[in-house]
Amino acid sequence: MADKRMTEQQVVAELRSGMTIGIGGWGSRRKPMSLVRAILRSDLRDLTVVTYGGPDVGLLLAAGKVRRLVYGFVSLDSIALEPHFQAARQAGTVEVTEYDEGMLQWGLYAAACRLPFLPTRVGIGSDVQRVNPELRTVDSPYGDERLLAVPALRLDAALIHMNRADERGNAQYLGPDPYFDELFCMAAAKAYVSCERIVPTAELTAAAPLQSLRIQRWMVHGVVEAGGGAHFTSCDPDYGRDEQFQREYVAAAADPLLWAEFRERYLDTDEAGYQAAVAGRAVAA
Amino acid sequence: MTATTSAADVSAPVTRAEICVVACADVWRGDGEILASPIGLIPTIGARLARATFEPDLLLSDGEAVLGAGTWPLGAAPDVVEGWVPFRTVFDIVWSGRRHVMMGPSQIDRYGNANISAIGDFHRPRRQLLGVRGAPGNTVNHPTSYWVPRHSTRNFVAAVDMVSGVGYDRAAEAGPAARFHEIRAVVSDLGVFDFNTPGHAMRLVSTHPGVSVEQVVAATGFELVVDGDVRQTRQPTPAELDLIRTVIDPGGLRNREVPL
Repeated sequence: MADKRMTEQQVVAELRSGMTIGIGGWGSRRKPMSLVRAILRSDLRDLTVVTYGGPDVGLLLAAGKVRRLVYGFVSLDSIALEPHFQAARQAGTVEVTEYDEGMLQWGLYAAACRLPFLPTRVGIGSDVQRVNPELRTVDSPYGDERLLAVPALRLDAALIHMNRADERGNAQYLGPDPYFDELFCMAAAKAYVSCERIVPTAELTAAAPLQSLRIQRWMVHGVVEAGGGAHFTSCDPDYGRDEQFQREYVAAAADPLLWAEFRERYLDTDEAGYQAAVAGRAVAA
Repeated sequence: MTATTSAADVSAPVTRAEICVVACADVWRGDGEILASPIGLIPTIGARLARATFEPDLLLSDGEAVLGAGTWPLGAAPDVVEGWVPFRTVFDIVWSGRRHVMMGPSQIDRYGNANISAIGDFHRPRRQLLGVRGAPGNTVNHPTSYWVPRHSTRNFVAAVDMVSGVGYDRAAEAGPAARFHEIRAVVSDLGVFDFNTPGHAMRLVSTHPGVSVEQVVAATGFELVVDGDVRQTRQPTPAELDLIRTVIDPGGLRNREVPL
């Protein structure tokens, strides 16, 4: 019986520069931030990142890890605009594939189903077609509609964060929305799940309904126990978004000196150091 | 007396913000049992008002993953949950057509093309905004309306920089695949607009009380259709005013989005 427990460092050691990596969650919600922070500490570069973007995107851009970004939006939710994403776009330092949110789902689903594309009317008529000239249309074989053919978004790796998992990779969300996490896993050659707590398998359904078991072990290559691993994004019901920290992040991003301080305090350290710095800040406040 | 302290006083004069709330509510009139998706503060008050009064079968989400029953104030959660709408389900509803969204564009043009993505050249924008989000899919799948809180030649423009929401000219070019495209209305702090003209160019339907046609034309960066039949935007009824002021927005946040 496979025990898939790993550390963040072991996950990152399996990734390579130039890979296409999908990141689950949505905006500033249930992001696998401890895995993202481990990437920041690595020498990985030239990544293609596919995501409904939040601060995961901002941090990776600020660290110069991203060559291409594939997204429908990048937002911090309670703060509309992501500062590092804005800066990178306005400086022209990142290549982008900007899709409608639904096209992103369709691309992941096509990859999950091992299809070359999926047809949709989403994107038709918009400048998504103009700025992504590689997109093709397909004529309906059953009618007169010319639809957009969203190409499969195959991922080398997927990173997601869940509330609970067992050591074999069965994983559970306990918050209000599963987002698109299992599509990221199924679209990926290898999926890595971080979670707040690894528990015995029987405990998963003792505490929550069957339907919360969104991620199944056949989708999963590795499991990382990472309490607070989604910080500062939300991980309901374990914790909400750390709005104060998010404001601190945004303020720091606006100024190179403040950002250097932020990086030194929170990022130029391991995950335990990050969590200790966050906790220390809470005590001081 | 500040706007906030008078916000719940039902005898106070009607504010511009309240005219806007009612104009936003009216975009959902006749929609029946569909998901009303207001983006932004005044559209949110409007959608809740529409359901509390003339459009009781509308479905409303809390902005997260819950469909709420009843009427609840800004900043609060609904007392009664009637459904579960994670983002996956919202996409399904979009593609089914059973939805009418009201979005807030940073730019909108004469045919209703709307930009929420980036200002300037897409490949190196002067100002990066959110990205196109769901605007392309929304606009070709179900009715869309727009809310612009500060009407000016900066946002009512001759051509938008990145077509996120599809306008009538682009929908026509896209052919049968865009058969479900409809832009119902645009509401700004100056007036109400639609596209019920032969070429689907934007038409001034009504100006808000105290606003002249000339003022609207001057604040618009393209040729607006003004067909001589411009009405005044309607006033809230006493019951609507009471709901806005005492139930949905007792803190008067509306009057901060559109100052008096």
